Amino acid sequence: MANSNNERRVISVVVMNESSVLARVTALFAGRGYNIESLTVAPIPNSDKSHITIETKGNARVMEQITKQLHKLIPVYKVIEHEEMVEKEMVLVKFPIGTNMSDIAALAAAYNGGIVNVGPEMVVAQVADEPKRVKHFIEAAERYNPCEIVRGGVVAIER
Amino acid sequence: MQMSGAQMVCEAIIAEGVKTVFGYPGGAIMHVYDEIYKQNGFEHILTRHEQAAVHAADGYARATGEVGVAMVTSGPGFTNAVTGLATAYMDSIPLVVISGQVPLSLIGTDGFQEIDAVGISRPCTKHNFLVRSLEELPRILKEAFYLARSGRPGPILVDIPKDITVDVGEFKYPDSVHIPSYKPTYKGNNRQIEKAVDAIKKAKKPLLYIGGGAVLSNAYKLVRELAEKTQIPAVETLMARGVMGAKNPLLLGMLGMHGNYASNMAMSETDLVISLGARFDDRVTGKLSEFAKYADVIHIDIDPANIAKLVDVDYPIVGDVAQVVQKMLPMLEDVNTDRYQAWREILKRYDELHPQSYVDSDEVIKPQWAIERLGELVGEEAIITSDVGQHQMWAAQHYPFDRPRQWINSGGLGTMGFGFPAAIGAKRAYPEKTVINITGDGSILMNVQELVTAAEYKIPVINVILNNHFLGMVRQWQTFFYEKRYSETDLTFQPNWKALAQACGGIGYDVTTKEEFDAALKDAMAQNKVCFMNVAIDRFENVLPMVPAGGALFNMMLPPKIENDGEEK
Repeated sequence: MANSNNERRVISVVVMNESSVLARVTALFAGRGYNIESLTVAPIPNSDKSHITIETKGNARVMEQITKQLHKLIPVYKVIEHEEMVEKEMVLVKFPIGTNMSDIAALAAAYNGGIVNVGPEMVVAQVADEPKRVKHFIEAAERYNPCEIVRGGVVAIER
Repeated sequence: MQMSGAQMVCEAIIAEGVKTVFGYPGGAIMHVYDEIYKQNGFEHILTRHEQAAVHAADGYARATGEVGVAMVTSGPGFTNAVTGLATAYMDSIPLVVISGQVPLSLIGTDGFQEIDAVGISRPCTKHNFLVRSLEELPRILKEAFYLARSGRPGPILVDIPKDITVDVGEFKYPDSVHIPSYKPTYKGNNRQIEKAVDAIKKAKKPLLYIGGGAVLSNAYKLVRELAEKTQIPAVETLMARGVMGAKNPLLLGMLGMHGNYASNMAMSETDLVISLGARFDDRVTGKLSEFAKYADVIHIDIDPANIAKLVDVDYPIVGDVAQVVQKMLPMLEDVNTDRYQAWREILKRYDELHPQSYVDSDEVIKPQWAIERLGELVGEEAIITSDVGQHQMWAAQHYPFDRPRQWINSGGLGTMGFGFPAAIGAKRAYPEKTVINITGDGSILMNVQELVTAAEYKIPVINVILNNHFLGMVRQWQTFFYEKRYSETDLTFQPNWKALAQACGGIGYDVTTKEEFDAALKDAMAQNKVCFMNVAIDRFENVLPMVPAGGALFNMMLPPKIENDGEEK
């Protein structure tokens, strides 16, 4: 574990939903030189809390420090270093209208997604799946010359 | 009761029992100053710079153990205070700093004297608040004081927009706080404590490694009891000077970059480090892979993030030093103190081999002599503050500190200009005590305007300037590591110190001999006025021992010794 450098990790941080709390969390990462690979944040329904999911990299000692430093922030309730988790990520890909639509539909369907919008000049496909599969989908989609790819951050929940 | 936000600020300060506030008014904080004018619950000291206001509140807090309070205006008032916040943050000092802010409606418009105070101070405060409504002001003030002093203490900034200080509303100061996401651990896990005690009983060469946390938790009596009961030798960090007491035979001295030989060797050879509120700072450890290489580590710290941050820890104990040691003591009734006898003897021999020493002179005052002389003349009674540099290290090495909170210096951030305003704060807290700022000809100029403050309020702080006409510590590194290229460290051009002190309402003394030193100090203490003692010292004296940065603790550059034949070796 100690020598597994730069291992990918997902952390959930439950915080008080108040102004500048996200800035406190991201400033901590920037100030102490930790990486943020992706970040999602949204209020937890029916509560005064928010859930932040951070995808990061680091060895065991760095991860321990990140967890402890996050805990030190006053508005942080809980830090979960995910071990056994279900994680999902979402991506939207925009193709020009000339692209073979059945190819795109089939491709998105293979990754549990589909076409979510068709306009006069473009088609938008959506996939929400495990981060690894989302990555594969993007690689496959790139063969069809997409005009835009928007990837969301990871959300995770402990199993 | 109905009152304005400005009045609420004053009422909260009074409710918290604060007797002295240090500050500097300005546009955005004027309503609060208007209320300060009307009240009688606390005094306000007008420093001549916002940085000095925060350092003075900091010195007050370090001397008393209570929360220090400073007040500044928005924009430049706040940015001037940032160094003070960072200084307190690095040394875990409880402060509440109240800053004015532009009115809520102007925030984000680049208004006059607007700056994002909570954004700037985020990494150098324990927590900060931008007050967004009058309703939340009493709660925030209560939380600020609570957060400052609880857990691992630290500075808290409360940034208050001007319109909130004007608005009138109902005031009820809360009796308690409710912050569900903040629950510091004080007690220490019993099972972990038992394991640690077991390790102490099994060790052959244990060592108490005492840090500033022992001062902050007011644990010195318990720590001394722990040492005496177990007869385990102790080393102190820069921040812990005074915890064991200079006369304590179990105290080896200060360890680290400028630690003495026995302390650094003890840390290099120990088989069990018992860390009491220390944080393994790089100035203490030197090369990490060689630090306490043969030792298991017991780490007692109230901040879990300090544990295993830099070294692997075998017995982590999250808790307050005083409470954990209190639990340990009865478990150590049956400890066999003879077990560590051989270890104590080894360390005694180390100390005899290379004691903390210097070569004195009859021609020029040696800085170490000056410190030791101060110790002889004012000793246990005085509070000693310092700036940052050679004089700070000489003071830490040679002054006979006898109790915690007697030694006040900026350890973590290393802030030049800290000593004088901190001395003003300490003297205000303890007017009956002699307060001496040991400083250098570089540092003192960084807050020299405070001569005016000290003179105006009759705060008779004695500034002993160990004057080598150099930015001494940088010069020392240039001598050792930069082939004597003295880049921008020669301070030969100097003010007339005596005249400078006099011009601001104080007294000055030029000291070049030992007799003049004694006479000046005696006169300074009798005059009861702020003063400068300008002491000309040996220009090229170095702070030794020294562990070059990043080197192993046992590789020390040692001071020259006088051998039996009278020659310097």
